[in-house]
Amino acid sequence: MLLRNSGSAKTTIRSSDITPEQTFHQHNQARRRFLAGAGTLAAGALATRYMPDLISPASVVHAAGTPLKTVPGKYNVNEPQTPESKSTTYNNFYEFGTDKSDPSKNAHTLRTRPWTVQITGMVKKPQTLDIDSIMSYRPIESRVYRHRCVEAWSMVIPWDGYSLSELINFCEPLPSAKFVQFLSLVDRKQMPDLPGGYDWPYSEGLRIDEAMHPLVLLTFGCYGNTLPNQNGAPIRVVTPWKYGFKNAKSIVRIHFTDKQPKTTWNQQSSEEYGFYSNVNPTVNHPRWSQAHERRIDASSFPHSIPTLPFNGYADQVAGLYSGMDLKKFF
Amino acid sequence: MPKRAILAIKIFLHLGLLAPFAYLLQISRNGTLVQNADPVNYITHFTGDWALYILLASLAITPLRRLSPQIAFLIRFRRLIGLYAFFYASLHLATYIFLFSGYDLPTALIALKNGQPGELVTQAKFVWPTIWDDIRKRRFIQVGFASWVILLSLACTSPAFIMRAMGGKNWQRLHRLVYVAAIAAVVHFWWLVKSGVRTPWKVTAVLILLLGARLAYTALKARSKPTPKLATQ
Repeated sequence: MLLRNSGSAKTTIRSSDITPEQTFHQHNQARRRFLAGAGTLAAGALATRYMPDLISPASVVHAAGTPLKTVPGKYNVNEPQTPESKSTTYNNFYEFGTDKSDPSKNAHTLRTRPWTVQITGMVKKPQTLDIDSIMSYRPIESRVYRHRCVEAWSMVIPWDGYSLSELINFCEPLPSAKFVQFLSLVDRKQMPDLPGGYDWPYSEGLRIDEAMHPLVLLTFGCYGNTLPNQNGAPIRVVTPWKYGFKNAKSIVRIHFTDKQPKTTWNQQSSEEYGFYSNVNPTVNHPRWSQAHERRIDASSFPHSIPTLPFNGYADQVAGLYSGMDLKKFF
Repeated sequence: MPKRAILAIKIFLHLGLLAPFAYLLQISRNGTLVQNADPVNYITHFTGDWALYILLASLAITPLRRLSPQIAFLIRFRRLIGLYAFFYASLHLATYIFLFSGYDLPTALIALKNGQPGELVTQAKFVWPTIWDDIRKRRFIQVGFASWVILLSLACTSPAFIMRAMGGKNWQRLHRLVYVAAIAAVVHFWWLVKSGVRTPWKVTAVLILLLGARLAYTALKARSKPTPKLATQ
């Protein structure tokens, strides 16, 4: 299969979509005038004073990492990036609480050193690898990917890591291995808010040919620094053409198997979250449309943009699914 | 209860019930809201939560005032509280239509200011298929919308002259639908959260408590009713 880098992929933002700066300021002024009038309600001041817990500005970035030595990557999306302050405070990392502001408040309890990753299952030699040796195994590339959550919002994030295929090759899976499973840390001591009702540890997986695709990033950092805890430190995967929940965070074990692994959200609600979960605007989530997404970038209110098949990576990855009914294997 | 005290309490209630809305305006103005990565999601949950809290507060009046004749005056605030529940439910619905659905409100407002009202329609045409699809297919939308329609009909019939025109019995029959609205609102909440998320349990517990109190009261009354008759005989 011919792999093309995303420099040739079409970008989703038309220049007409970008708000001219002047218009933006005009709008802001109009809004300010309106709000200034309405905001004189005496209750406003009272409310702000007595309801501080009801909003979560959560500008705290826990364990904002140390700078990483990176090399420029080949796969970069040329779209406005999501500010770090947003992508590190709006996270689904249920082990640290189910609200999206919870992980940035709670994940400071995660201990990322010492950290090891077990390599198990159908490999030539099962072994335990130390995080620092994994990180130094290959040069760390910086890659700017689109990130599409199954909840219909999206971001553009500069990740730092190297292709998962490099580590898989190092693990030497047996020919019988058809799937690779990622298991996340579960530890009540570090995760006091671990919610009940889920079959922990968090489990995700890919078909091995998917996992070998160079776009799948074994990720150690973002924005040039090691991952903040709430973003899945110290090691996670990023599969940019799939919904975000496919990207297991804080991985402690990589398991090779011949059977499709049980994955957390699929087990939880199989009609809502398929094993494949490729981004697909024509297959709606039972409870909402997947045709559009709210793009979270530097603008104050997210704009709604059309969702692209395979999150805009169809050129590179659609071939993995040729002949498959993607409505059935969603 | 002296008139002045009632008035004072009413002013206090207005301020208190407007406080969440004022807070929302305040954080939009001072930039706190846009620090939130997904303000649309935030506003949606904020207005929905408060609609539900206030609706439950209005349902708490009756069981509370039954506790003692001394607090029977509470009934005089029920309509006010109920109307605020409708106010927040309407904000919630408007958030869904003009922000959540993909309607680009900021762009539409700028266009309107520049004398292009057509943009409002363009945006509506753009999101209409999504909204229609939601109404047809998604049960959490259906049940939430049904709850709002009930609250709308109760709000429309809340003025005293309409109540008189309808006759007390009819009016009461219609306004008992508030129970359906509250149950529908809580079901709406359960159906929208992800599997395994239990956030709605608190409001559910409160609703069960409030409905249970009514059932208990009715049962007690039914049992104690014959007693005075026997006594008078």
